[in-house]
Amino acid sequence: MGTLAPQVGVATVELLRRAGCTVGFDPQQTCCGQPAFNAGHRREACRVARGVLDALGSGDELIVVPSGSCAAMLVRLPSLFEEGQDHERACSIAERTRELSQFLVRDLQVTSLGARWPGKVTWHDACHTLRELGVRSEPRQLLAEVSDLEQVEAVGCDTCCGFGGTFAVKHAEVSMAMAEWKIRHIEETGVTAVVSSDVSCLLQLGGRLRQMGSKVQALHLAEVLNTR
Amino acid sequence: MKPSDPIVDLEARSFGRRSLEALANDSLRGALDKVTTEFAKRREQALAQAPDWEIWREQARAIKAHTLASLDTYLAQFMERAEARGIHVHVAQDREEACALVWEIVQQAQASNVVKGKSMVTEEIGLNEYLLSQGLAPVETDLGEWIIQLAGEKPSHIIAPAIHRTREEVGHLFHTELGVPESHDVEELTAVARRFLRTRFAEAEVGVSGVNFLVAETGSFLILENEGNVRLCTSLPKVHIAVTGIEKVIPRLADLDVFLSLLPRSATGQAMTTYQTLFTGPKPDPDDEGPEAIHLVLLDNGRSNQLSTPLEREALACIRCGACLNVCPVYKQVGGHTYGSVYPGPIGAVITPALAGQDRAGNLPHASSLCGACRDVCPVKINLPELLLDLREKGEEAGLSERWGFAVWSRIASRPRLSSVLGRGLTRALGLAQSSGLFARCVGRLTATLFPPLKAWQRGRELPPMPARSFRQLWKAGLDAEEPPA
Repeated sequence: MGTLAPQVGVATVELLRRAGCTVGFDPQQTCCGQPAFNAGHRREACRVARGVLDALGSGDELIVVPSGSCAAMLVRLPSLFEEGQDHERACSIAERTRELSQFLVRDLQVTSLGARWPGKVTWHDACHTLRELGVRSEPRQLLAEVSDLEQVEAVGCDTCCGFGGTFAVKHAEVSMAMAEWKIRHIEETGVTAVVSSDVSCLLQLGGRLRQMGSKVQALHLAEVLNTR
Repeated sequence: MKPSDPIVDLEARSFGRRSLEALANDSLRGALDKVTTEFAKRREQALAQAPDWEIWREQARAIKAHTLASLDTYLAQFMERAEARGIHVHVAQDREEACALVWEIVQQAQASNVVKGKSMVTEEIGLNEYLLSQGLAPVETDLGEWIIQLAGEKPSHIIAPAIHRTREEVGHLFHTELGVPESHDVEELTAVARRFLRTRFAEAEVGVSGVNFLVAETGSFLILENEGNVRLCTSLPKVHIAVTGIEKVIPRLADLDVFLSLLPRSATGQAMTTYQTLFTGPKPDPDDEGPEAIHLVLLDNGRSNQLSTPLEREALACIRCGACLNVCPVYKQVGGHTYGSVYPGPIGAVITPALAGQDRAGNLPHASSLCGACRDVCPVKINLPELLLDLREKGEEAGLSERWGFAVWSRIASRPRLSSVLGRGLTRALGLAQSSGLFARCVGRLTATLFPPLKAWQRGRELPPMPARSFRQLWKAGLDAEEPPA
């Protein structure tokens, strides 16, 4: 995300500050290892995720992640590092990790951030955000408070977009068919944007929307909440 | 002779090839989308009337976990008590043994007409093909099964075998195969089936069925159905042969309560099926109705290999409701035949490698986006994504290029400085490729050649405009300095 969608990180930092938080970022942190883990390469996943243990394994700050699947991966790190100090650090990270909307609504108990975004949008429930972290109402509550924004539900809002890590390239055609199914139902609602908080889903849906020449944009929740 | 291997048609990497064929078939995709959506909707409606749903799921999961942890004990109890009821119990290690056992019973009964009720296990062992090779043509009597038998196909869904066929296609099939006038009316088509199948029931000497639950406490077994064909199959012929897997046993008759609450609602959204038949033995008196003899074939076929760890054991808790297929976004796009196994979808991708071998079915666990919708609907709470992950880890499916790819990636991604420098290089190259001109095209082609996954990605998805600077750069360039507002 830091490389392909830095604007999401910037928007996250800005809106967290606006909500009164002190935000830090450790440039020594690495990827969470999810791409390898989900493809069945546990050793490689551990090798990468160790960088997260080193950077974020101590301290008592909450770890806010603007991507549900990365957050879900951090939450399951204790199952990758099963012993000793590494396990303790993994448990500490798992306890302190929050997906962005989860943090805003559950921890900060903030739903209104003074954002204004004129247009009609629909929320895409990213699989890990919904099913691993149990986040369903939080982003909808946040979007409901955005001025001039109309929120509608699309058929299959909680159906997978077809990304699925290596699945998206191993079975590229099936993955694209899944994206098209979603997009068909998103377009039916007449929205100008589909909003989510998982960068991978946005790459997938956005990538297919651009290719199809659709007018619908794929936006990150932080981008919408940071618009004034 | 050896039965053909119908559970799988799994030449190497066949899922990928077949998925392309399925995606090009609009009629198939239309039928799939319609029926799976309808099943899922009915299930939701049934759940809305069942406030204790989560409690039932927990109970069912606990009963299954307990039973599977002591499967040998409960199977022994079941066999002893079923025998005491006059049911002949046979055990088959694999599909060859199972088919041979059935054939032996058919021969003893001097049968030349065999009717069948819907049974996934007989699909798994390829019983129809085996009997045909012996010169006997069994007749399927479940409407869906009969349709695919006429079409010479395999089931593409656990509970709706002909889900991939539209009513128009069925009307055409009946017309060409049976010589009846072509009709697209469901009632008329059902009447055709009824007319043709009634005489088959009447002349059959042997009826074959599956089983939903074996009850250890009573030595009896239960079958659920909606069409009444199983009742006819198991009461008119003088011999009834039930074929099932060893994992179907539950301890007590009272345990049926929770499973009967879960199974029909998960499968078709019904509070209960039209028929529920509990088999307690052959008729005690020649003047009674029902079969003179009941045989039960218990099949292992790789199941006991799954008993070793609690995680793998979970898959044996499956009660074959098909709910995970209806919500699987992959299944919904490509259908059951794409999996090359009679057990498709998420549960099929888990149990097929156990039944057919990792070497032949190892690619199936990769045919999933691991979205977890299957786990949400499973009535016995099988953690399907976790099982798929476990199989991916154990499997040898990953080719050399993938293993090398992740080995190299992990060594780069574990070094923050190196990965950010290389990441910037890659975005720079991709950014260049997005500009116009010959040079851009060359850069694009070179990048895609160097990173094969990128090539697959770009077949149908366009990358977003590449950012000029990474988050790390922006953070250093001043984002880090901003203080929270006072």
